[in-house]
Amino acid sequence: MIEARLLTKVFRDKKRGEIRGADGVSFRVEPGRIYGLLGANGAGKTTTLRMLATLLKPTSGTAVVAGYDVVREPDRVRANVGFLATSTALYARLTAREMITYFGRLNGLGEPALRERMRLLADELDMHDFLDRRCEKLSTGMKQKTSIARTIIHDPQVMIFDEPTLGLDVMTARSIVRFVRECRGRGKTVIYSTHVMSEAEKLCDVVGIIHEGAIRAEGTVAELKERTGEADLEECFVRIVCPKEAK
Amino acid sequence: MSWRVIGTIYGKELRDSLRDKRTLVSTIVIPTFIMPALMLVVVKATAVIVSKAREEIPRIMVLGGADSPGIRAELEKTGKFRLERASADWKALISNKRVRAAVEIPAGFEGALGSGSAPAITLYDYQGELKSGLAVEQLRNFFTGLRSRATARLLADRGLPASIARPFEVQEANVAPPEKVGGNLMGGFVPYFLILLCFTGAMYPAMDLTAGEKERGTMETLLCCPAARTDIVLGKFLMVLTGALSAVAFSLISLSLSLLIIGSTIGTATAGMGPAGAMTPTIDLLGILGVLAMVLPIAVLFSAVVFCVCLFAKSAKEAQSYMTPLVFIIIVPCGIGLLPGIDLNYHLALVPVANVSLVCKEMLSGVWHWGYIAVIFGSTALYAAAALALAVFMFRREGVIFRT
Repeated sequence: MIEARLLTKVFRDKKRGEIRGADGVSFRVEPGRIYGLLGANGAGKTTTLRMLATLLKPTSGTAVVAGYDVVREPDRVRANVGFLATSTALYARLTAREMITYFGRLNGLGEPALRERMRLLADELDMHDFLDRRCEKLSTGMKQKTSIARTIIHDPQVMIFDEPTLGLDVMTARSIVRFVRECRGRGKTVIYSTHVMSEAEKLCDVVGIIHEGAIRAEGTVAELKERTGEADLEECFVRIVCPKEAK
Repeated sequence: MSWRVIGTIYGKELRDSLRDKRTLVSTIVIPTFIMPALMLVVVKATAVIVSKAREEIPRIMVLGGADSPGIRAELEKTGKFRLERASADWKALISNKRVRAAVEIPAGFEGALGSGSAPAITLYDYQGELKSGLAVEQLRNFFTGLRSRATARLLADRGLPASIARPFEVQEANVAPPEKVGGNLMGGFVPYFLILLCFTGAMYPAMDLTAGEKERGTMETLLCCPAARTDIVLGKFLMVLTGALSAVAFSLISLSLSLLIIGSTIGTATAGMGPAGAMTPTIDLLGILGVLAMVLPIAVLFSAVVFCVCLFAKSAKEAQSYMTPLVFIIIVPCGIGLLPGIDLNYHLALVPVANVSLVCKEMLSGVWHWGYIAVIFGSTALYAAAALALAVFMFRREGVIFRT
């Protein structure tokens, strides 16, 4: 379960002064559900997700992730979270196996458990052919599979995806979407940020529209369409974040 | 703090670094081959140049001395000089290296020799030019011999023994064993090289493990795991330290072998220059071990400092731009051991890098000031601990890790 309570993050910039990356963000995601965080570039999606993954410390507010407080128990939160983003890269000089093993060990897995998880993930993700190839030599799809395996090697309860399909080809993006659905099927709590409306529409049980650091609207896709009177999620989004631009 | 996690991070960084050509070049290839090779080339080339310069019979010019034909004849008879015809542009000829030196014999010099009232001889050279200096040295030896013979004749004419002008002899004897001679000759260079190589050994792993990871996006991947930030810093720091110490270890082994060769080169070049010169200098093993012990805290200090600087940088390129001035900042105190006449004191013992440079020079020449050694070891360890604490502090700051 994820429960964000008035999460706020203020960045201080010498030139621009105070920037509110997230401004009182609150939402709740139950296990077995996918919460879509929908927003334009710079809307505050990454800042919010980084606070949930304890990479950033909230200026005020807090969140409870998998039963642990992100401010008071960041190490425990990280032990129960799988974080996958376009910015989380692989070690180029390690092989896929070394990469996954490294993160398994850092997540406290013992060697027998690690071997078992590795075998399971290699089967599930069809990775056997390239497990011992260096990450720098892998194709984009192979890299993505390795990243997924790295993210779930410790079988976390909560999965955080920050624009995971950004810049990927259709087939690789589809495999990511399939994987996110599987996470939901396994009862994991999933939060998924994107600015691709079609992805959000297909994937998310609940959508939160974030703009200028704040959640502007929340609900199922159907509810949002009904509330705005629009038939298309993209039009809903535009009407909510920029009413002047709406048709 | 978890040693298991630190070990896991260190193991991964070690494996990763061993696959990084740039790190291998800075920690193994340069210390093992390039620096000693440069040193060898410089020393060998110097020995060859000096030896060739000594073999040359210098062209000299005699100015004046028309009424001293005997002196001119004696100069020619030695076979050590080629006498050039006097010319008005003799200064230009010396400057252009057509003539190595000139000697001015004043009027009536030869005639006045017998009376003991001969006027002064003037020798002209081009100061700082090796061959000109050697020519003047030969001329000085010739006129010193001439003066001795003239003195002896004057004394004999008065019925006095020649020994009256030289009532006693002064002899020199070296008591320093070969390794101490080697220490004195090369004591300044060895710590200079080791400290610099220690720094460059730390530099590339630090850049790769901090700014490089930020740039490649792997830092964020690592920060997602539950490992404590302190453990991550320590694991990475240990790898940087390994780089610094590897550079020192490889360069020490390589330098020891090089010094054996250099020692014999110097021994050959100085042969015939008295008992001290005939000796082949070597380096004291105990001194080398002492240097190694003193380099340990400075390796920790360097590793922590470069870690902090590189951690602050957004990219490897930015880190590199910080490293260049830092190298110059290190070179100045590091080179203090090369300067003559600077002795260690308790004030200097607190100056980082300079203190280690000076104490290593002393240890290699067989001088062990335990008080200074303790102060230097302690102060350097203290600075290193402070720099490491700063690295941990910086790693916890979002403004540093996510600096854009």
